[in-house]
Amino acid sequence: MELSGAQIVIQSLKDEGVEYIFGYPGGAVLHLYDAIFQQDDVKHILVRHEQGATHAADGYARATGKPGVVLVTSGPGATNAVTGIATAYMDSIPLVVISGQVSLPVIGSDAFQEVDMVGITRPCVKHNFLVKDVSQLAETIKKAFHVATTGRPGPVVVDIPKDITDPRIKVPYKYPKKVVMRSYNPATTGHKGQIKKAVDLLLAAERPIIYSGGGVVLGEASKELIELAKTLGFPVTNTLMGLGAYPATDPQFVGMLGMHGTYEANMAMHESDVILAIGARFDDRVTGKLDEFCPYAKIIHIDVDPASISKTVRVDVPIVGGVKPVLDQMLEMLAESKKKPSKKALEAWWKQIDQWRSVHCLEFDRESRLIKPQYVIEQLYEVTKGDAYVTSDVGQHQMWAAQYYPFDKPRRWINSGGLGTMGFGLPAAIGVKLAFPDSEVACVTGDASIQMCIQELSTALQYKTPIKIINLNNSYMGMVRQWQEFSYESRYSHSYMDTIPEFVKLAEAYGHVGIRVTKPEEVRPALEQAFALKDRTVFLDILTDRTENVYPMIEAGKGHHDMKLRVALGTSTDRELA
Amino acid sequence: MRHIISILIENESGALSRVAGLFSARGYNIESLTVAPTEDPSLSRMTLVTRGSENVIEQITKQLNKLIDVVKLIDLAESAHIERELMLVKIRTSEHSRGEIRNVAEIFRGKIIDVTPTSYVVEMTGPSEKLDAFVATIDPDSIIEVVRSGPTGISRGEKGLHL
Repeated sequence: MELSGAQIVIQSLKDEGVEYIFGYPGGAVLHLYDAIFQQDDVKHILVRHEQGATHAADGYARATGKPGVVLVTSGPGATNAVTGIATAYMDSIPLVVISGQVSLPVIGSDAFQEVDMVGITRPCVKHNFLVKDVSQLAETIKKAFHVATTGRPGPVVVDIPKDITDPRIKVPYKYPKKVVMRSYNPATTGHKGQIKKAVDLLLAAERPIIYSGGGVVLGEASKELIELAKTLGFPVTNTLMGLGAYPATDPQFVGMLGMHGTYEANMAMHESDVILAIGARFDDRVTGKLDEFCPYAKIIHIDVDPASISKTVRVDVPIVGGVKPVLDQMLEMLAESKKKPSKKALEAWWKQIDQWRSVHCLEFDRESRLIKPQYVIEQLYEVTKGDAYVTSDVGQHQMWAAQYYPFDKPRRWINSGGLGTMGFGLPAAIGVKLAFPDSEVACVTGDASIQMCIQELSTALQYKTPIKIINLNNSYMGMVRQWQEFSYESRYSHSYMDTIPEFVKLAEAYGHVGIRVTKPEEVRPALEQAFALKDRTVFLDILTDRTENVYPMIEAGKGHHDMKLRVALGTSTDRELA
Repeated sequence: MRHIISILIENESGALSRVAGLFSARGYNIESLTVAPTEDPSLSRMTLVTRGSENVIEQITKQLNKLIDVVKLIDLAESAHIERELMLVKIRTSEHSRGEIRNVAEIFRGKIIDVTPTSYVVEMTGPSEKLDAFVATIDPDSIIEVVRSGPTGISRGEKGLHL
């Protein structure tokens, strides 16, 4: 079969089983768009800004586990995609981003809409390619998918000069079934000796904790994690990226850890004698002050990426390997072992944990006459029966969603954890809804974040992706305001927006339903109404308590045991801001 | 501590910038870097001299290994090895200094490879310290330019870094 470069790209995507391309046309990709026009197998989703394309593809990837595919033009199309690429990179999300490039003969001449995409994206991709020969195109695309989806996943950019896609130049096409790269062989199973060491340590532990991260979600190892936790009877904490990998409603779950983690999770980390870290990377938002991190613990770390091991925290038993195969090996060894974890020690440990739990660190003022954002999330959980896909933007609302919506399944909680990208939530929700049209998809956002990619409301209308936008509107960049309150004597420098649009009208202008909610008693009915409108995107503009803060909080530079808790319940409720 | 990291890397455009970019992005320092294709033209051999604590060097080697283009690498400083650097020095000469420079170059086993009535170019290879020592013997005012390749190295014995 002889195909042009443009046809090869589209045919390769078909052969790769790609359902959707998220993209935006432009000069350098016109040949590609012409090839898209002439087929129906791969559906193209036209976004309104290339950042939206990357986030939508990213949301699709996080929800499905399949790689997200993006197509953008050269120059500004490519640079607009960079934020989304970096977002995916920080959270290890598989994306294949195809960018147009100016024709080979003019590369380097500062041609119209030319940027060095390979150079610009180098620090925020797993790998990237510049295609210089049409005969290499199919193999390069195969390599891109291979690299993006194996080992520690990540985004891969394929930069394609316009002349490579020239419809007049046809070459034989064959999509490689598999690809071998001598320089790329990601780890699979773990080293037996190391796993044995880990098992011995776990069985001797008296105050153990399992600290699991996004790697468990990405590695499809939720089942194995649950089995391990049940076998051992140990408490489990999840990172922000790991939420859902262990069911949050399970009694062994002690909540999220880290900066806005629960009191019990952070205290248990601090006092533990053995930590089993699985697919987590000891991020600074998790560890707090490194010198004070888990002073009594021996640490076991399972990760597919050796560079994640002992990067910030020195570990005692490193295990390089895929989370799922290593957990399988570990479970096998545990089953064969005659030793069992000490019942007596675990009983005492759980008693201690229950004491920490009795602090009820997530309690908030339920009598307030203002709408508490935490209450909104609780109601969202109830209305969706805990089974929705929840995307979020970045800030206070993100933390409240993580704290008050207990996720019981992996891939349900979709947020930008590593890069912290405002504007992520709405396009990500569109990507999720395309993947799962019959599931409920909610985007929890705030008045600042939502405005960063609000143009994608138009995309949601065009492709009939009825999502529910839960806008926790406090007229502030809430998290910035919170830090300014705590660390800058309440000097709210530019964290306030006094010209916030009327979101209801805005939603209506985009062809959606807008509902404004101003009283606590209206929250539940509004949510029910929104989710009853099955085929409409609904924008719930919920005016929440403007002074509410996220608790608990480990302030920057402090240890796990040094948490800021809500001072006295109810006292912050009616504080008015000057 | 000083480490000499020897890398086999795909001989592709951009491979060098991935290594250089990694060092600048993560704040590691590069003392010197040499690179050229090997007997297999699809592979380049890179020799990189860096300094850092054990933890930093461990991260450097892990992060380098993570680059898709990197096929293999070793830290030469971990075992017995040979290190050589090439230097070309252009020296301004006068009638009475020419003999002296020739003698010193000979002591250091250097070769004079370009001669004009007013200058010499001396070629010299060896461990970096030897090259430093030679430069130190030459009157600084007479040195026109010094060109050094940076060290490159190979392990002793039968074992080697290859596919």
